[in-house]
Amino acid sequence: MSRLLINRRRFLTAAGIAASTLPLAGCDAFDGMLKNRAPVRDVLASANGLTYRVQRLLMDADRLAPEFGESEIRQGQRPNGSTEPTDPEYIALQQQDFAGYRLGITGLVEKPLSLTLTELRNMPSRTQITRHDCVEGWSCIAKWTGVPLARVLDEAKAKPEARYVVFHCFDRLDLGLSGPAAYYESIDLTDARHPQTILAYGLNGRLLPVANGAPLRVRIERQLGYKMAKYISTIEVVADLSPFGRGRGGFWEDLGYDWYAGI
Amino acid sequence: MATAINDTPEMDVSRTLTIRRHGLATRLTHWLWALALFFLLLSGLQIFNAHPTLYLGQQSGFAFDNSVLSIGAARTEDGEVRGVTTLLGHRFDTTGTLGVSGPADRRAYRAFPAWLTLPSYLDLATGRVVHFFFAWLFATVFLVWLVASLINGHLRRDILPSGADIRSLPQSFINHLRFRFDHGRSYNGLQKLSYAAVLLIFFPLMILTGLTMSPGMDAAWPWLVDLFAGRQTARTIHFVIMILLVIFFVVHIFMVIAAGPINELRSMITGRYRIGGELPRKEAGQ
Repeated sequence: MSRLLINRRRFLTAAGIAASTLPLAGCDAFDGMLKNRAPVRDVLASANGLTYRVQRLLMDADRLAPEFGESEIRQGQRPNGSTEPTDPEYIALQQQDFAGYRLGITGLVEKPLSLTLTELRNMPSRTQITRHDCVEGWSCIAKWTGVPLARVLDEAKAKPEARYVVFHCFDRLDLGLSGPAAYYESIDLTDARHPQTILAYGLNGRLLPVANGAPLRVRIERQLGYKMAKYISTIEVVADLSPFGRGRGGFWEDLGYDWYAGI
Repeated sequence: MATAINDTPEMDVSRTLTIRRHGLATRLTHWLWALALFFLLLSGLQIFNAHPTLYLGQQSGFAFDNSVLSIGAARTEDGEVRGVTTLLGHRFDTTGTLGVSGPADRRAYRAFPAWLTLPSYLDLATGRVVHFFFAWLFATVFLVWLVASLINGHLRRDILPSGADIRSLPQSFINHLRFRFDHGRSYNGLQKLSYAAVLLIFFPLMILTGLTMSPGMDAAWPWLVDLFAGRQTARTIHFVIMILLVIFFVVHIFMVIAAGPINELRSMITGRYRIGGELPRKEAGQ
């Protein structure tokens, strides 16, 4: 019985010591080495390249993201990021219900295009009910209608050296110290040519609202929401992402988010 | 397996024996997991803070309510902002830790407090970078451990509870409550059961629910979403298992300390472990 008491006392002492070390887990100790472009952070971030390559190995280029039935549409699509662009050029277009809107297809293409919304709507369309996954963690199911990006790229005849598609947008976001920056995004040609990658002009059976990216946004169903640029003005086909923004392939990527957002 | 008789003259030689308890693979994977889980936990709480609500189902209810846990801040009638945690419809005031934390003059409105997240400030991008790096490490170590444990017999011998282990569970439970611990060559029934739960249920579930949150993996392996009845349910399960692993960690550390921290730590570093000595012979393992 005496040993029992000693053990219990020893246990409680030890428990107290262990509990007192818990606040040490507090992690400003690591803050410095995790800042953008710190060497340790860059090593950790290289895991994203591994994720990208492994996910590409695990799925065929045309493997579809899950689609849902009408009954799964239980709410409107939650808007996020920019919901009301204030760019003068955009506001001018918006005031005329985007009648003057032209989608430019430029860069490494044989035949640069300038398409009106009517022309886009007259192209073959695809409608899909899919789950939108935000990087923050939430999901929302909605029905999207648009023209497959592959179709538009075929029309413009992308050149063989093309590797990425860059979406230039009307909206600017003011985050961080460097002032407002134009939203842009980029994906590889595998995702650009994926059957579910559409330039969407319709949401839940209606015209795409401004809050969700009118007149045109892209759906990239095997990646997270921040890849799916809204308020698209121009699509540029390129071989290299370094000339754009701070060279990391997207607005959020320039602020430290992973370029491949399939995870 | 090398066994050496401890030759300290004062000790009862017949009952004090130093054995090699943990193989190299077990020790290496143990510490790599410890490292990975430390960073996974703190970066995971950072990621959770970006949207501190958990749901059941395919999607997050904004126009309907399918939430099971929510951590936020709310203003009271007298104008004070309090941390509010809502669990299954029950509201708790968690000011100081969850929802509202930090010093009184510099209150932070965030789900988990700065001392529990990595980095300490709100930074989802960095949380994800850290989380996915260590997720790769964690999953790789799991595969190495599984293969090594199948080959070297660790799984069959030390982890999977035998019929005798199950039958001795009540006695093992009572011994633990009395702080009487086996210092035997092998794990007792309770130890085997908890390690089996952590290694063979919690760890694989953690990896699979993590993968289910990946839109890329949901396309590659559509059965993932079906298995967990929706991405948001998978996110909730991921969180619940995190809690279970934290509870396991606390118990694990306390047991190590209570059962003799020097001996236990040495056995997980060098592999050498002193058995017998303190307990009556019949309980001292095989």
